[in-house]
Amino acid sequence: MTFATRLLAATILAAGLSTAANAKTLVYCSEGSPENFTPALNTTGTSFDAARPVYNQLVEFARGTTEVSPGLAESWTVSDDGLTITFKLRSGVKFHSTKEFTPSRDFNADDVLFSFNRQGDPNHPYHKISGGAYDYYNDMGMPDLIASLEKVDDLTIKMVLKEPNAPILANLAMDFGTIHSAEYADFLLKAGKPEEFDQVPVGTGPFSFVGYQKDAVIRYRAFPDHWAGAAPLDGLVFAITPDATARYAKLQKGECHVMFGPNPADLAAMKEDQNINLMSQPGLNIAYLSMNVEKPPFDKKEVRQAVNMAIDKAALIKDVYQGAGQAATNPIPPTIWSYNDAVQDYEYNPDKAKEMLAAAGVTTPMEVDLWYMPVQRPYNPNARRIAEMMQADLAKVGLNAKLVTYEWGEYRKRLQAGEHMLGQLGWTGDNGDPDNFFFLLGCAAAREGGQNLSKWCNKDFDDRLLQARKLTDKAERTKLYEEMQVIAKEEAPWVTIAHSVVYEPTRKEVKDYKISPFGRHEFYGVSIE
Amino acid sequence: MLAHFVRRLLLTIPTIFALMFLTFVAIRLVPGDPVEVRTGERGISPERLEEFRQQLGLDQPIVVQFFDYVRDLFSGDFGTSIISHRPVIEEFATLFPATLELSFFAMVFAVLFGVPMGVIAALKRGSVVDHSLMGVALFGYSMPIFWWGLLLVLFFSVTLDLTPVSGRIDLLYFFEPVTGFMVIDAWLSGEEGAVSSALSHLVLPAVVLGTIPLAAIARMTRSAMLEVLGEDYVRTARAKGLSPFRVVGLHALRNALIPVVTTIGLQGGTLLAGAVLTETIFAWPGIGKWLIESIARRDYPALQGGVLLVSTLLVFVNLGVDLLNAAVNPRIRHAR
Repeated sequence: MTFATRLLAATILAAGLSTAANAKTLVYCSEGSPENFTPALNTTGTSFDAARPVYNQLVEFARGTTEVSPGLAESWTVSDDGLTITFKLRSGVKFHSTKEFTPSRDFNADDVLFSFNRQGDPNHPYHKISGGAYDYYNDMGMPDLIASLEKVDDLTIKMVLKEPNAPILANLAMDFGTIHSAEYADFLLKAGKPEEFDQVPVGTGPFSFVGYQKDAVIRYRAFPDHWAGAAPLDGLVFAITPDATARYAKLQKGECHVMFGPNPADLAAMKEDQNINLMSQPGLNIAYLSMNVEKPPFDKKEVRQAVNMAIDKAALIKDVYQGAGQAATNPIPPTIWSYNDAVQDYEYNPDKAKEMLAAAGVTTPMEVDLWYMPVQRPYNPNARRIAEMMQADLAKVGLNAKLVTYEWGEYRKRLQAGEHMLGQLGWTGDNGDPDNFFFLLGCAAAREGGQNLSKWCNKDFDDRLLQARKLTDKAERTKLYEEMQVIAKEEAPWVTIAHSVVYEPTRKEVKDYKISPFGRHEFYGVSIE
Repeated sequence: MLAHFVRRLLLTIPTIFALMFLTFVAIRLVPGDPVEVRTGERGISPERLEEFRQQLGLDQPIVVQFFDYVRDLFSGDFGTSIISHRPVIEEFATLFPATLELSFFAMVFAVLFGVPMGVIAALKRGSVVDHSLMGVALFGYSMPIFWWGLLLVLFFSVTLDLTPVSGRIDLLYFFEPVTGFMVIDAWLSGEEGAVSSALSHLVLPAVVLGTIPLAAIARMTRSAMLEVLGEDYVRTARAKGLSPFRVVGLHALRNALIPVVTTIGLQGGTLLAGAVLTETIFAWPGIGKWLIESIARRDYPALQGGVLLVSTLLVFVNLGVDLLNAAVNPRIRHAR
């Protein structure tokens, strides 16, 4: 028993110490370990969050918004034909140092070339390092977009495109557009340990990397020479805490200031807690039910509209999302610019749906299939439950749905091949540009194996999609996107289900934390009182 | 004795081979491969999928993959993690001490409380004390670890503010790991309060992980004690007028401990299974959590290497227990 008593005493002593933790160090309870610290190699938000304090991009999303703003490029001009973008780089930007490496020069065009050529040039000395996947660079179609990237002088970069593309600026603000130090890369290559480049990051960001212990902790220190001014914090710590309940407990105790992803079950208590500030915002995503227009009777617009009316969306939101979702009307979430507020969703009206089906010549009861994904996704906590509820709704109008699912990779492949009649999926936005959502309904994506699961190709919609891609004027683009939302609602290739709602609990003493529409966790500009 | 040792040692070889093969096959039976699991809604183009599969050697027939794997193993190469691109053996070496440290303290807790519980229950056989102690043991045995862990966190950390919620040491302390055992590293660092901070972080996870072994040990101690207490030599000891403490502590308990030691040795597997959940709740950077993540992300090399290393260790622990038993019990070592 004396052992236990002594342990208890030690415990109490340590508890006293922990409350006296550094006043100006912000602790973020994150959900997992990063794969490495080079965003171009990664695909998970966890890894991006861990690298972001250290780095900058040419252009960046203004914190808390989807607006593209200057980063390491202080300005840029687009040529009249829309094919050439010239970036003017910021001068006097300093890189961090490590124990072994001290930069001899400021940031310049060579660093930009290095960062993109590593991804795009298969013969680049760093291309194959750390697996060399570069999923986002490829997924965002960069090899097909960029004709060349040239250094005009130390502080000027010229990017030539193969065709005009307005969303590319938003692409460059994504994490794969992170700018690394070419000098550091050379240094490590000469030292014979290029792999370290992705493990010990050196950037121009507001925090420099201090250390990482897998599955435990990542430490950063504020970088006093940051080009946009030193951060109000002295330090930043990611305390890796995989369980949401444990994260909440740590937040309650003040062991962390900001936490990732609360349990929906804890939200009510968080709202009541005097020490916690609970922010929320619709996520940059959509869950939808695609109707395959290549499979009759879903080739008929009226049938698709009838399905929209047959499904009790409010019940889905209430039962499945439990407060962490909001009903979706348009194919883009309301946090994206050009969202059309004037569009009205279909009302829930099974009787009218039945009539419309009869008018469209559908003989009920009719057998259909309804696919649901086997996994939880950010926009859909339980696809199976949604499918079951939809199945019950559809049965009321005479459509007997057989539920179908496959393993995730296989499921996605078969949907993209258009094997389904009705199939659930969703999308999480990459760069906040409306094009990044609307392309899902474009004709190019309607090919077999493409991402337009409804295989719906509408000329009015597609013409606008292509036109908007080439325009640089935001007002003109907005008008086109607004019209496209009207067309999409009328034509109804999807049942737009929901946008998940993202919650971000922080301690009250945290000031100026902004919730990101991208689900990012950003700490530059945040302070602690 | 030597023949027994050699026989047991030789038996471990097919066991380890079987383990190697089973892990290799099992993870490949789970649908989805490492490349596809990584991609989201967008999917991946067939060309890129092929390229990555080729890079990882997944395009080869499974038999070829297996022999490549075995060949690499014999040259001491456990492969490279698909996720972190670091050698599996290095990741294992970083994380394993945390699991070992946690398991050690869990065992200390289990023995420290389990043995006295068993002894008391045996001495008070049939009484309220016996029933309640064995009730507690049964409760501990059937407790879902996740629930139990969270319950303790909410009570001791959040409500009473006695222990930290999770982690291995207060974030205040920052030193490079030397041994990987936090208590030792904290002591080596010489920083004031580091050791007590590390210990305080161990309390709840060790209690949670130690609960099941505690129950097993308490029950085993009780039945072993009951058997021994009925022996003639105990009655003789009592008749000699020895103090109850000497009778129980020196004569009965020492003999009763033989099966208890076996039980303790065999809890290795239980500890590892429990570590997966315990490590998740308490953000404990050990191998349990690492292995689970490797399954989720189909990190074949990490999973194969990790499971092989762990199970080999378990096989040797069991072998050790076996030999220990043989050493103390001649009936075992002479049996065929």
